[in-house]
Amino acid sequence: MFIIKYKKIFIGISIVLVILSFAAMVVFKLNQRLGIDFTGGALTEVAYSDARPAQADLNNAVGALGFGTVILEPVGDSGYLVKSRDLTDPEHNALLSALSENGKLKMEEKSFNSIGPSVGQELKYKALLLIILISLAIILFIAFAFRKVSKPVSSWKYGIIVVLTLLHDVAIPVGVFTILSKMYNVEIDTLFVVAVLTILGLSVSDTIVIFDRIRENLRNQAMVNKINFSETVGKSLEQSYVRSISTSLTVILVLLSLFFFGPISTKYFALMLTAGMFFGTYSSIFLASPLLVLVEEWQSKARENKKNKAKNKK
Amino acid sequence: MWKKRVLALIILLLGAGIAFFVFKSEPQLNKNFATASSFLKNHPFRLGLDLSGGSHLTYKADVSSVPAGQVSESMNALRDVIERRVNLFGVSEPMVQVQSGGFLSGNTDQKLIVDLPGVTDVDKATAMIGQTPLLEFKTEAPAGTPRQATIGPDGKVQIDTGPQFVPTELTGRYLKKAVLEFDPNTGEPKVGLQFDATGTELFANITKNNIGKMVAIYLDGAPISTPVVNEEIPNGQAVISGNFTPTDARQLVGRLNSGALPVPITLLSKQTIGASLGANAVNSGVKAAIIGFLVIALFLILWYRLPGLIAVLALSIYVSIILALFKLLPVTLTAAGIAGFIISIGIAVDANVLIFERVKEELRSGRTISDSVAAGFSRAWFSIRDSNISSIITAIILFWFGTSLVKGFALTLGMGVLVSMLSAITITRIFLYVIEFVGEGRVARFLFSSGISSGVSKIAEVNK
Repeated sequence: MFIIKYKKIFIGISIVLVILSFAAMVVFKLNQRLGIDFTGGALTEVAYSDARPAQADLNNAVGALGFGTVILEPVGDSGYLVKSRDLTDPEHNALLSALSENGKLKMEEKSFNSIGPSVGQELKYKALLLIILISLAIILFIAFAFRKVSKPVSSWKYGIIVVLTLLHDVAIPVGVFTILSKMYNVEIDTLFVVAVLTILGLSVSDTIVIFDRIRENLRNQAMVNKINFSETVGKSLEQSYVRSISTSLTVILVLLSLFFFGPISTKYFALMLTAGMFFGTYSSIFLASPLLVLVEEWQSKARENKKNKAKNKK
Repeated sequence: MWKKRVLALIILLLGAGIAFFVFKSEPQLNKNFATASSFLKNHPFRLGLDLSGGSHLTYKADVSSVPAGQVSESMNALRDVIERRVNLFGVSEPMVQVQSGGFLSGNTDQKLIVDLPGVTDVDKATAMIGQTPLLEFKTEAPAGTPRQATIGPDGKVQIDTGPQFVPTELTGRYLKKAVLEFDPNTGEPKVGLQFDATGTELFANITKNNIGKMVAIYLDGAPISTPVVNEEIPNGQAVISGNFTPTDARQLVGRLNSGALPVPITLLSKQTIGASLGANAVNSGVKAAIIGFLVIALFLILWYRLPGLIAVLALSIYVSIILALFKLLPVTLTAAGIAGFIISIGIAVDANVLIFERVKEELRSGRTISDSVAAGFSRAWFSIRDSNISSIITAIILFWFGTSLVKGFALTLGMGVLVSMLSAITITRIFLYVIEFVGEGRVARFLFSSGISSGVSKIAEVNK
C-alpha cells in the first residue's frame, strides 16, 4: 500500500497544513472576528427600491447620530448592512430615518438584530461549555470504542491517534474559515461553533471504522501466522478506503448543494462542514493509519534498543 | 418468499401514503387547500422566524425582589400575561417561553423569550408587550341602562356586557396579591385577593353599596369573573369562588398577580427578519434539498447499480418519513434545521453504502448473491452503529445545551441520523431480499457490483 510506504510524506503534508492553519488564525487574528452573537451589537440590513445612495453620504448621516463606530457594508444590488452597537427602539428608529435620508428614499428593512452585551457574554460561555462537553463525550466514546486491548499497539495509543486526527480535522477547516473571513469579511457566529462541533462528531467515526477494521484483521491474522503490522494496516486500508470515500462523498455532495443553492445564512456553515468532511476522510486514510504504523515502528525500535542494551550489559 | 414480497409491497404503499400526506398537507402545493380536511390543514410545516419572517425578543426579568421559592411562579405569571397580550395583538402562533438560567448557562438570569411570527414592526411589538396589564373592578349599572344585543356572524345572539357594568376606582394598582385557596369543606378551588390600604377602603365601599349585586372583575377590558356580593367586606380580602378547575384557578391567580406586574422586565435583544428574506431562505433551502437528493440518487445508481436503485427508493421513503415527522411532532424548521435535514440525507446513505460494500466483499469471497446480502447486513450493522454514535452524541449535547438556533439544527440532524439508521437496515434489507429473482447469472453479478468494474473478478484485481 503506497500510503503506508510513503507515510512520512503524508504525515508531513498534514503537519504542514495544520501549521499553516494555525498561522492563518494568528496572522489574520481570528480572535478578533467574533460576530455580534458573542460581542453584542446590532445588525441592520436595508434594501432600497431604487439605486442605493452613496456610502459617503450615509456615513455622514449615520455618524451624526452619535452611536460610536458604525460600519456600512453594501450587500446585494441595492442594500446596506449596518453594524453598530446594540440599539434601543428610539435609536433604531433614528438610524432608519438617517438611512432613508428622513424618508426621502424608499427602502425596506430586511432584517434587524440587536443583541445586548450580556446575551453575547452568556453565549460565549455556552459555546465554550458545549465545546468542552462534546470533546469530553467524544473522548469517552473513543475510550469505549477502544476498550479492548490489542497487540502490538496498545489501545490507548489508538485513542491518542484518534484525538490527534480530530485536532487536525478541526484545525484545518478553522484555518480555511479564517482565510475566508479575511477575504469576505465573515464573522464568527453561533453556526461556526456548531460547525466545529459537528465536524468533531462526523470525522471521528470514519477513523474509528478504519481502526476497527485494522484490529479485526490483526485478530484474524494472529491466529494464522506472525503479524506484519504495516502490511496488515495497508491491507485494512485497501479494504476500507472505497467505503470511507463513498460515505464521505455522499455527505459532501449534499453539503456542496447546500453551499451553492442553500440559504445565505448557512452558506459558510456548509462550506466549513465540507472542509471538515473532506479533511476528516483524508486524515482517517492518510494520517491516522500512517501514524499508527509509525508508532508501532518506534515501539519495536525501542524494544530492539532495550534488547541490545540488555545484551551489552551482559 | 411471498411473505417478503407482500411486506415489501406494504412498505412501498406505506411510503407512498406518507409522501402523499406530506404533499397534501402543504398549502402551497395544493390548489383547493381551503376545502381540505382539517387534519391536513393542521399539519403544514412549521417555519421558524428566520424563514417566515417576524420578531424574536428576549427580555430579562428582574426577580431580585421576588422570594426565592416564588420565582418560577411569578415567571409563569409573567409569561401568561404577555402571552395574552400578544394574542390580543392578533399574532398567529406566537411563542412565549420562560428561560431560566441555571448553573450550566453561566448566570441565573430569568429570561422571557417572545417569538412573534409575521410581526416585523418591532417597535409596535415591544410597545405592546411593555404595557402594564389592566385589572379593573366594575359594578352593575343602575337598572334601566339599555343593554345592547347583537346577532353575531354565527347567528348567535350576543349581549354586550359593556354597559351592564360601570367602572369604579378600584384597579389592579391597589391589589397586594392574589392567592390560590381551597374551600375547607368542599375542596373547591378559589382565588383569594388581598388589597392594600387604599384598595381595602375602596373595596369596602363598593361591597357596602352593592350587596346582592354583581361585581365584575375585568382584565384587559374583558370580564374574567362576575361574583355576587354577599356582605360588606371591610378587611380588604375577597374570595372569587366559582366553578373553577384547579388549573383555571391557578391561572387566574397568576393573571391577577401579574396584573400588579410583580416582575419588571427589560429588553435584552431583538431580532427582526423581513418576510421576503425568510421566503428566499425557504426557496433556496428547498432547492438545495432537492438538488442534493438528485445528485446522491445519481451517484448511488451509477456507482452501485441495482442496489443503488434500491437505496434511492429507501432514501425516498426515509425523506417522506422524516418530513412527516417534522409535520406531526411538530418540529419548527429554521435555516439551520433545514441544513441539518439536508446533511442527514447524506448520512442516511452512509448506512446503505456500508452494507453494499460489505455485500460486495462477500460476493468477492465467492458466495452466492443471496448469501452475500444476508452476511453483508449482519456484518455491516456494527459499522453502521459505530459510525452514527458520535453524530448522535454531538446532536444530543447540542440539543440540551444549545440556543434555539442550535437546537433546531441538532434536532433535525439527530432525528435524521436515528430514523435513517432504522430505515436503512429495515427497508433496504427487505427490498434487497425481494429482488433475488435476478438470479446468479453474469448480468446479476454485474448489477450487484459497483464502480467502474464490469463484474466481481475485476474488482478483486483492481484492489490487488
